[in-house]
Amino acid sequence: MIRRLTASPLLWPALALILLLALNSVLTPNFLSIRIEDGHLYGSVIDILRNGAPTMLVALGMTLVIASRGIDLSVGAVVAISGALACAHIAASADPAGATTIVSAMAIALGASAVLGLWNGVLVSVFGIQPIIATLVLMTAGRGIALFITEGQIVTVTSDPFKRLGAGYVFGLPVAILVSLAVFALVGLITRRSALGMLLESVGINPEASRLAGVRYRTIVFAVYVFCALCAGVAGLMIASNISAADANNAGLWIEMDAILAVVIGGTSLLGGRFSLTGTILGALIIQTLTTTVYTAGIAPEATLVFKAVVVIAVCLLQAPKFRQLIRRRRTGGAPPPAPPQPAGTPGLPSQLLASQSDADKVGAS
Amino acid sequence: MSTQTLQRPAFNIPAVAARVRGRYLSPLASLALFVVMFGAVIARYDFASPGQVFLNLFVDNSYLIVLAVGMTFVILTGGIDLSVGSVVALSTVILAKTLQSGWPAPVAIATVLLVGPLLGLLMGAVIEFFDVQPFIVTLAGMFLARGMCYVISVETLPIKDPLLRSLGLNYLYLYSDKFIRWTVVIALIVVVVAAYVLHQTRFGRTVYAVGGNRQSAQLMGLQTSRARVSVYVISGFCAALGGLLLGVQKLSGYSLNGVGLELDAIAAAVIGGVLLSGGVGFVLGSLIGVLVLGTIQVFVTAENLDSYWTRIMTGVLLLVFVLVQRVLVRSNR
Repeated sequence: MIRRLTASPLLWPALALILLLALNSVLTPNFLSIRIEDGHLYGSVIDILRNGAPTMLVALGMTLVIASRGIDLSVGAVVAISGALACAHIAASADPAGATTIVSAMAIALGASAVLGLWNGVLVSVFGIQPIIATLVLMTAGRGIALFITEGQIVTVTSDPFKRLGAGYVFGLPVAILVSLAVFALVGLITRRSALGMLLESVGINPEASRLAGVRYRTIVFAVYVFCALCAGVAGLMIASNISAADANNAGLWIEMDAILAVVIGGTSLLGGRFSLTGTILGALIIQTLTTTVYTAGIAPEATLVFKAVVVIAVCLLQAPKFRQLIRRRRTGGAPPPAPPQPAGTPGLPSQLLASQSDADKVGAS
Repeated sequence: MSTQTLQRPAFNIPAVAARVRGRYLSPLASLALFVVMFGAVIARYDFASPGQVFLNLFVDNSYLIVLAVGMTFVILTGGIDLSVGSVVALSTVILAKTLQSGWPAPVAIATVLLVGPLLGLLMGAVIEFFDVQPFIVTLAGMFLARGMCYVISVETLPIKDPLLRSLGLNYLYLYSDKFIRWTVVIALIVVVVAAYVLHQTRFGRTVYAVGGNRQSAQLMGLQTSRARVSVYVISGFCAALGGLLLGVQKLSGYSLNGVGLELDAIAAAVIGGVLLSGGVGFVLGSLIGVLVLGTIQVFVTAENLDSYWTRIMTGVLLLVFVLVQRVLVRSNR
């Protein structure tokens, strides 16, 4: 039981999150308390959930892209474009609070996001360009396009219904986190209750083998990039609605990095294949909690980045097989590497071989 | 038979053509693009001195040239270094802060040139010995370096040292009134040294071999670990030196310097024909890439466009080059 627990890839992220939360409750007495005011839940934990919702959403899309052995650097740009389009549409309309205006603004923003996702998908799957470069193109140009849409200005809107998406509450909980959790549940259902998740993993583990096995590589790659861009589009709407403005320069700045970090902290390898949506959610929460911790602990906010770097390196090292092996060897009393009887934990190589073997079987069977 | 193999033909057109069609094609295409773009800009705007406009490409982008050289080494091994922009900022801040606290200029410069490679060494070691992806490790390095900038100083610090001021402000006349600055000389020395190291030393060949196929390089008995760590040290050094050049150019240290500079360096390398999958590319190609980016900047400034057009145009050019490279790689097979 304990061995199964320590072997779980979710152990370290979960421990890190618990540690951070414990540290916070020591630093700030009422950290974990949640109180109800005018039917809304208030408290630091709720704040973490609400502020972390956009990153969480983007990270969910990123998880699927990374599982397909890709990466999407353009999400920050898509966030900016989506927010810019929605705000520009609302600001230009005669009735900024009308239902049709809001719906059409969202439709325009999400439609454009889907098109941008398709664009990435075409570059990656049709032209066969490395994902990191293919999405670098949009990352470079995208923020410029967003600035072009807003004409270099910050577009502010006064529309209460629009504000509700990022700053509103339903059933006492922030709308933003409900949206993110709904997407999490939906993606979890689709990938784990159907074969789609396994097909995606097979594409990530060995694209050629999965193609030969009859998996529609191209369709899957298209789908994950469009989905990732849609997530970024919704996150863009959240961010824009939270501040009731489109700031093309700063909306979603570095969100791609945070999202990738969340995915990696959650235990999904950048090399593709196995992915963990729960891990990604944990990762996003860790990043947001870390930011909040630095603020509440009275450390200069400028130092946030240093802590982020330390946590990232620590979590990544703890997950690195080579680092774990090193520690394990230390613990068994510095046993020499060619130990004649197999030490307690079997070395990484045979189990890795076994794992890849079973993966190959899986692909072959599907 | 033996005489034929010994004798090297003076000018073998098919062989040269084959080489041009091979790995030289992409850098040559970039060069052609640069010539066309620069010619068009010169023809469109009536510059007082086109020669000086050309030289200014080097003067304004000397730090980017150095960064692109370091990035080329890393990309050649199939890695990537996202930390360079932050290391540039860190270097300017350290330089300004140490000078302000009364350190002599040579000591301050030495400190800067030590911190960059040290960070690179740390990142390279984690990447190589613990098998963590370069993308994540250098991303953490980017956060770390940027965070350290803020910890050292949030404000802009002026650089008043006479030696550095003269380095940044003095003209170096080439002929009549055409000038460059000393920063350009330093950047070009870096390019020459890098080209020599890559093409004339055992280490350079190992770098190409690691990028081509790491496993075969390892099986051939090459010191792949050393090469993979060294490229990050080199990139760290180049970033530190680039930071010095930028600090000297702006005569100040500021923690928000060089935001997004890593993307410019990567874009320059890609436009210059360096393949991100590793093993293919030249330092001179990256230099051409920097000149292309510089020409876009000149055009946007001369046309009086908003600065975001630089980004859009860089993105479009990046796209064109990536697609062209893709087609070339396919047709070569």
